[in-house]
Order: sequence, then structure tokens, then C-alpha cells
Amino acid sequence: MNTPVDDLLLANVSRRHFLKGLAAGSALVLAARWDLALGEEEKEYGADAMPHGWVDDPNVFIRIDADGTVTVTNHRAEMGQGIRTSLVMVAADELGADWDRVRVEQAPADQEKYGNQNTDGSRSMRHWFAPIRRAGAAARMMLERAAAERWGVPASECHARVHAVVHAASGRELGFGDLAAAARELSVPPRERLELKPQSEWRYIGEDAGPAYDVKRGSVVRPKAIDGEDIVTGQAVYGADVAFEDMLYAVVARPPVYGAMLRSVDDGEALKVPGVLRTVEIDGTGQPAGFKPLGGVAVVAENTWAAIQGRKALKIDWNLESAGDNAAYDSKAYRKQLQQTARAPGKVIRDEGDIESALADAAERVSATYYMPHMAQAPMEPPVAVARIVNGRAEVWAPVQNPGATRSGVAKRLGLEPEDVTVNVTLLGGGFGRKSKPDFAQEAASLTKAFDGRPVRVQWTRDDDLHHTYFHAVSVDRLEAGLDADGRALGWRHRTLSPSIGSLFAPDPEHIAPFELGQGFNTMPFDIPAIRLENPEAPAHVRIGWFRSVYNLPHAFAIQSFAAELAEAAGRDHRDYLLELLGPSREIDPRTFGDQWNYGENPERYPIDIGRMRAVIEKATAEAGWGRDLPKGRGLGLAVHNSFVSYTAVVFDVELGDGGGLIIHSADIAFDCGPQVNPERIRAQLEGACVMGIGIAMQSEITFSEGRVQQDNFHQYLVPRIDRAPRETRVHLINPDSEAAIGGVGEPGLPPVAPALCNAIHAATGRRIRRLPVGDQLSA
Amino acid sequence: MSITLKVNGKTHSVDVDADTPLLWVLRDELRLTGTKYGCGISQCGACTVHLDGSPTRSCVLPVQSVGDRSVTTIEGLESPAAAAVQKAWAEMDVPQCGYCQSGQVMSAVGLLEQTPQPDDDAIDGAMRGNVCRCATYQRIRAAIHRAAGELEA
Ligand code: FES
Ligand code: FES
Repeated sequence: MNTPVDDLLLANVSRRHFLKGLAAGSALVLAARWDLALGEEEKEYGADAMPHGWVDDPNVFIRIDADGTVTVTNHRAEMGQGIRTSLVMVAADELGADWDRVRVEQAPADQEKYGNQNTDGSRSMRHWFAPIRRAGAAARMMLERAAAERWGVPASECHARVHAVVHAASGRELGFGDLAAAARELSVPPRERLELKPQSEWRYIGEDAGPAYDVKRGSVVRPKAIDGEDIVTGQAVYGADVAFEDMLYAVVARPPVYGAMLRSVDDGEALKVPGVLRTVEIDGTGQPAGFKPLGGVAVVAENTWAAIQGRKALKIDWNLESAGDNAAYDSKAYRKQLQQTARAPGKVIRDEGDIESALADAAERVSATYYMPHMAQAPMEPPVAVARIVNGRAEVWAPVQNPGATRSGVAKRLGLEPEDVTVNVTLLGGGFGRKSKPDFAQEAASLTKAFDGRPVRVQWTRDDDLHHTYFHAVSVDRLEAGLDADGRALGWRHRTLSPSIGSLFAPDPEHIAPFELGQGFNTMPFDIPAIRLENPEAPAHVRIGWFRSVYNLPHAFAIQSFAAELAEAAGRDHRDYLLELLGPSREIDPRTFGDQWNYGENPERYPIDIGRMRAVIEKATAEAGWGRDLPKGRGLGLAVHNSFVSYTAVVFDVELGDGGGLIIHSADIAFDCGPQVNPERIRAQLEGACVMGIGIAMQSEITFSEGRVQQDNFHQYLVPRIDRAPRETRVHLINPDSEAAIGGVGEPGLPPVAPALCNAIHAATGRRIRRLPVGDQLSA
Repeated sequence: MSITLKVNGKTHSVDVDADTPLLWVLRDELRLTGTKYGCGISQCGACTVHLDGSPTRSCVLPVQSVGDRSVTTIEGLESPAAAAVQKAWAEMDVPQCGYCQSGQVMSAVGLLEQTPQPDDDAIDGAMRGNVCRCATYQRIRAAIHRAAGELEA
């Protein structure tokens, strides 16, 4: 199928209005919306607004061989969210392919060809369901037309069934493989004539065989995960598994403090380590770092172990002056500094009603300050990349969430055009936002250049990962509320303080950016007469970067903890009180809160839906048996949060064991992300987010002293192990057939977990946790 | 120095520093990349192999101390317990990113070969050394029960 898609169809106006219509799901609705939308002049949203937008050309994504093998190209990074399976399910279903004859090919970085490839923000299915569906439908129609021409019958009489096109009247049938060559010569049907399958004919999309964790259930009928077999037999290829015969192995000694530079290095001892070949200086980039390497000294060797040993033997003199006050950064002192700053007003973000009199006139005033520390994403596969240069063209293999930025960054570093750089995206051994920042790929590029193009693999050790990641922003949130005599909230003041990711790309703004405020801060939906939201300044002293669900973490922790504190002050049941704070079901345009961002989505299609928020609370609490009698020392805790245009509520059932240990009996998670493509993978994401969130609540913390990270490895940076996982985790998916627009899945499960757990701890023990992680606070 | 190793039933001779951990010999020299690096200090289990049948962290095992014990990696795993574990893992969609899962499978097989019908406490005890950052733990527990059930049947 090589016919280029009609360029006219790619004209901007058609593109963006077409997409908007399609998400409604049926061709009929589509046509109606299409008319409606034309002539409207408005801001672009969703996939339309992303760099390089979307592509729905079947020739780009679907190939059918003569033997009938269907190859779907997946252009989004796979990091455990299952997109290689789920997006391929969409294409295969619309095409009418038999799952057992479908394979997937991973696209290299090429956003001009494939559209946007930046895999973060829980966007893959939200932005790509419609285009990939269209690609599948177009390919199916081309096969049907090829069959019609072969048989000399009207195309309308030919229908794709499972992996074959059938002419019912004559009983003739031709397999996809038999038709592939002819179909390839045909033009791609124009978008407005695509016939999308009605939902009733889907065989894979939305197929739900029930939770896989139900051990007693019989055979499993849903499509098998694409990489499942390869993973359990050790055949799956991650970044560190790419190797070449003459490849060299490198580790890098990086500046211990953000902004420090290499002054001098003595590599005499390092070069004596057997297997070590050379050391190479990597240019430092100072601040702001962006996605550029931190610089330092690479030890290049014949194998990884020799490189690690060689690095230990380096004697390096770092210039700390260039780091400025980062060299004095102390996270404990910084917490105090933020707490102090939080006492005074800051930049006003939202101001409704008269907060001063609401607080002054209150029958009861409640205030609390919450703290969440720096954290490291710590994907199980630390950053790693392989690069080589052949005939002036660079080639990179790396586990990156952002292939486009990897390509442009490597090109710039090597002085090449992006067209002369190929970035092959391997499987990611976890991402969680770390691998959105491809600094490690640029390191590999510099090193292969130093060796005249010979392949070099740069491997980050776990120490490197913890010391030099882009850290989750530390945060202080100070809240104050005034209640009337009946316990109703009259006024709500919230100050949030954390360094901004903006500091990574520009001089430190010291205030969080709109896309950070919009992560649950200015979008706080409580129905309270007086609301004042402020953002006092907080300077950055380390590289700050995305961590799964990002600023939603501190905002949800503070707001959902504080709501429970208010319920307690009011002497009310927490669930009832939370529902009252939310107020009646209604749709709120986030722009009325000053949030123009809305995760990049159209605020009319993706309003803040209080009804859906209430529904997840009601579902999670009902399933958890909210209100039941519990023995002393045991309690239920609840939290809700909307993020990435999805809705999550969590209820934990916990008990304080002997010796202060916390027993987590169960988690009930209600989740509404709108229509679900792969329900089983959605459940898996929610289960994983639940346990990761338990780790955030209980144990994960990165601290700094003199600008240096104090945790070296997993014995000090604690992440949850199997015994932290609740014995019962029940994920309740809401609204599977809804007409709502698709929401995110990878991230929205995380933010409510820590506050739900801390609220449960309070219910069980009477102790209110305001500083994370819990650590030993329960035994103290 | 030259060291002889028995891996997955085959004898290999490798020329490496005697202190090199088995992990890097498997990965860099023998290109058996199913065994993963996660921490290098016996804290995460990603590098788990079987040494004469028992789960061992290859990242802290100097290659010279392997001696004539036989090494089994994920690529060479072959036993009724292994088959049951791999089948249960795939059927229950245990893996997310999958990076830790070679190690998880090696540990789970080791557990079932010692304790055919482990309860949740026994599972947690045996699997505690294997970190999964995607946190697939609930399914790991369920899949071990399922594999145990299949082995018993
Ligand atoms: S790499 Fe061996 S235990 Fe982590
Ligand atoms: S599946 Fe990703 S680390 Fe375990």
C-alpha cells in the first residue's frame, strides 16, 4: 500500500475538525459533528496541538504480506503501559485481522512520518485511538475493493471477516494475504468516506475477560499481550540488550552537584584497570540543563565491569563554583525554608469570594502544612543507550519515551541534520517520566564520536540513576479553612510551593507553570464560597523533571488529606463530607478556574465532571464496605483525584500491626477513564500505581546534603517490594460503554493513593501524617 | 584470565578478570541478555540465575567462584515448574515493562521447586528480594498460586 494519502485531506482545517468528530464513535455522529465543526475557528487541542500532530495513513502503519501476516507499526514507546498491544488491537480490530497473525514493528523516531511520538502525559490511547482506527478501516476498505475488482462485483457486497474478504452472494472468499498486493496499488479512501465498524462488531477493543488476577478463573480469551512470551523467556530486547561485535562499554562520572563542572581529572589509576581503554571528557552544559548531558568523564572499556572499576579509580577535581548555591543545597533546610515562605501570601492563582472574612468569621479554623520529598523515578532498567556512526550517519538504540527529542538532541550534539540520525526505540524497562529526558542518548552520541563511530554503550548504574535523575519536585502545601457552626466550609486557602520543571529549560521561574498548576491545584473543584489559591516562590537547586503524574502527587496529597481533616473537625463522615465539598453533579469548564491547559484537551469535550468524581467515590466506598464496623486499630481511608482527564478514587483498609508495622488488608480502586480499549491492561496499570503510591506514602525519599544525593542504591532509596502489595486489590472500572471521550490511564491511578493511605492510617490509629514518607513515624 | 563455565548445559570458556561478577560475563561476554542489571548489590533480584538449581544473584557472584556448578539463566530454564510459571505469567499478563520479570520467574521457579504449594506469606518471603518498579506484585502472587495449582493437577 504505497499510494500517498491525498495531500488535500491533510489540510489543517480538515484535519483538526475531522478528529474532533470522530471521537464520538460512530460514522453517523461523525458526519453530524463534521458539519457542525466546519467554519469554527478555534484553538487546537489534543493530538492536533501536539508537535507533528497525528497521521492516519494506513500505508504508514499497516503492512500485509502475501502469506497474510499483518504487521502494525507502533510508533509510541512501550514502557509497561501495554501500548504495543493495545494500539495494535485497535488497528487489528478495525481491519478485521486475526490476532494470531498480527505482529508489531516498532517505529524509529520520525515524527514527520508517524506524527507525535512523545510518550508521556498518558496520551497514547487518548490521541491515537481515532487515527489508528481510521488507518485500520481504510486498509480494510482497500482490501474489500481489491476483492471486488478481482470478482467483478460491487465493493459494497464485499466484507472483511476474520482475515479474509467474503462475497456472501457467491460464497467466494479471499484471504488478506491473497489481496494484499492488489490492495497496495489502490488509493487510500478519503476520510469522510471511511466506514468505521460499529462497536457491536469489535472483537478485541474493550474485550474484557474479567480480572486476570482471579486465580480460579478458567481459560483466558482476550488477545495475548504482544511481548508477553518474549519477556518470560528472556528474549525481549531492552536498551541494554543491544550489542555489536566491536562495541565498547562506558560509564560516566558526572558532577556531584547540579551545575558543577569538571576542573581536572587524573585517570592514571583508572587506565591500569584491566580492560579499560581510555577516558573521555563529556562536555558539561551548566544550567539550565534541558535534555543535555551533565558532562563529566567517561571511562570506556572492553566490558561494563571494567568500566565501573575504572571509574572508581578516577581522581576528579570538580569546579563547584559554577554550581552556585546548589552546592549548599540541603533538603532538610529547604523544607524549613519553604514552610517559612508558605506563611506569607504568594502569587495569586485563584481568588473567589472574600477569603479574609471567611476565615475571620469562621466558627472553627483548621490549618495544616504538608510535605512531599524529592523522589527518583528509578525505573528497573537504569538509563542506557548504544550509539554508532556509519558513513557520517548516526544510529542510536535507546529506551526513550521521547524519540523525537532524542533524535534532534543527538543531531545537534553531533552537528548533523536530524535526517542523518536514526533513533531505534527499544523496549523500555520502565519509564515513569525518567526516559522522557534523553540525556543518556546524547552521552552515547558523544562517545561514539570520540571513537570514530565505533559502537559504544553507555550504561548508568543504579547509583548514577539515583544521583543524577531529573528529580520529582519537593513540595510544601499549606492549607487553611474556616468552617461554620455546622462544619460547612466557608473559606479555603491553599498555598503550594515547589520548584518548577520550567527551571530545566529557562532561567528558574521560581513559580510553577500553568501546566503544573493545572495538575490538581487551580483545578481544585470544591464548591466553597471563598477560595484563594496562591503560589509563593520556590527556587530549584537540582534538575527537576517529570515523575509519573507529576505535580498531581503533592496537590492530591495535600487537598485530599486536608478534606479528611476538615471532615474530622466538623465531626462528619469523611465520604459524606467529601461529597458535600464537591457539591452536586455538574460539568465545570476548567477555564473558569483559570486553567487554560486542561492536559491539552478541549475543555468542552473534557470538562471537570463532578458527577464522574462522585461516582468513583461512591463505587470505591461501596465496594470497600465503607461504614462497616471495624475492630480497634483498623480503619478505612478514602481519597479521590481527577488527572489526565480521568477519575480515580481509592479506599484502603489498614491495620496497625504489633511493633508499628502497617498491614494493608485491601485496596478498592474505582476508575473512570471513559471508553476502555484494553480493560485488563488498565487494571494492571491501576494495580501497579496502587503499590507505587504505597511506596511514595511509606518509604520513598531522596534527600540532599551539600548539593549531593544521599541515597546510593535500593538499600537506601526504598521502593515497595512484594510484601507492601495489599493482599486484595480490586479495581472497579466504571462506565465501559460511555460516550465520554477517552481519558489517560498510565498516570491518574497514582495521585489519590498516598492520601487515601494516610487517611486510612488516621482512621486506624488517630495519627495524621503530614510529612511523607511515613517512614518510622508510626513507631515513633 | 581464562575461566570455564557451564551455562545452560553448555561449557564456555571466557577470558575475563576473575573478580568480574557472573552477571557481566553472561551479558557482555556470552550475550545472554535475559539476565538483567538493576542494582549491582544484591538488592533487586533482576540478575537472578540458578546455580545448581537455586536462585542466586549473579551481580555479586565473582565468576571465579562459580567453579563447576552449573548456571541456568532464563534462556535455559527447563523444568515442569518453569513451564508452569512461564505459562501462568503469560496467561495472567503479569509483566508490565517486563524488565524485572526474568528475575521474578527465576525466583518463582526456585520457590515452587522447594515449596510446591506456597501460601501468600511464603510467596512474599521468597519473592521479597525481587523488585518490580511497575509493581506487578499482586499478579506475581496470583500467578504463583496458579502455577502451583497446575503442577499439582
Ligand atoms: S542486579 Fe543483582 S540484585 Fe540487583
Ligand atoms: S514489570 Fe516493570 S519492573 Fe517489573
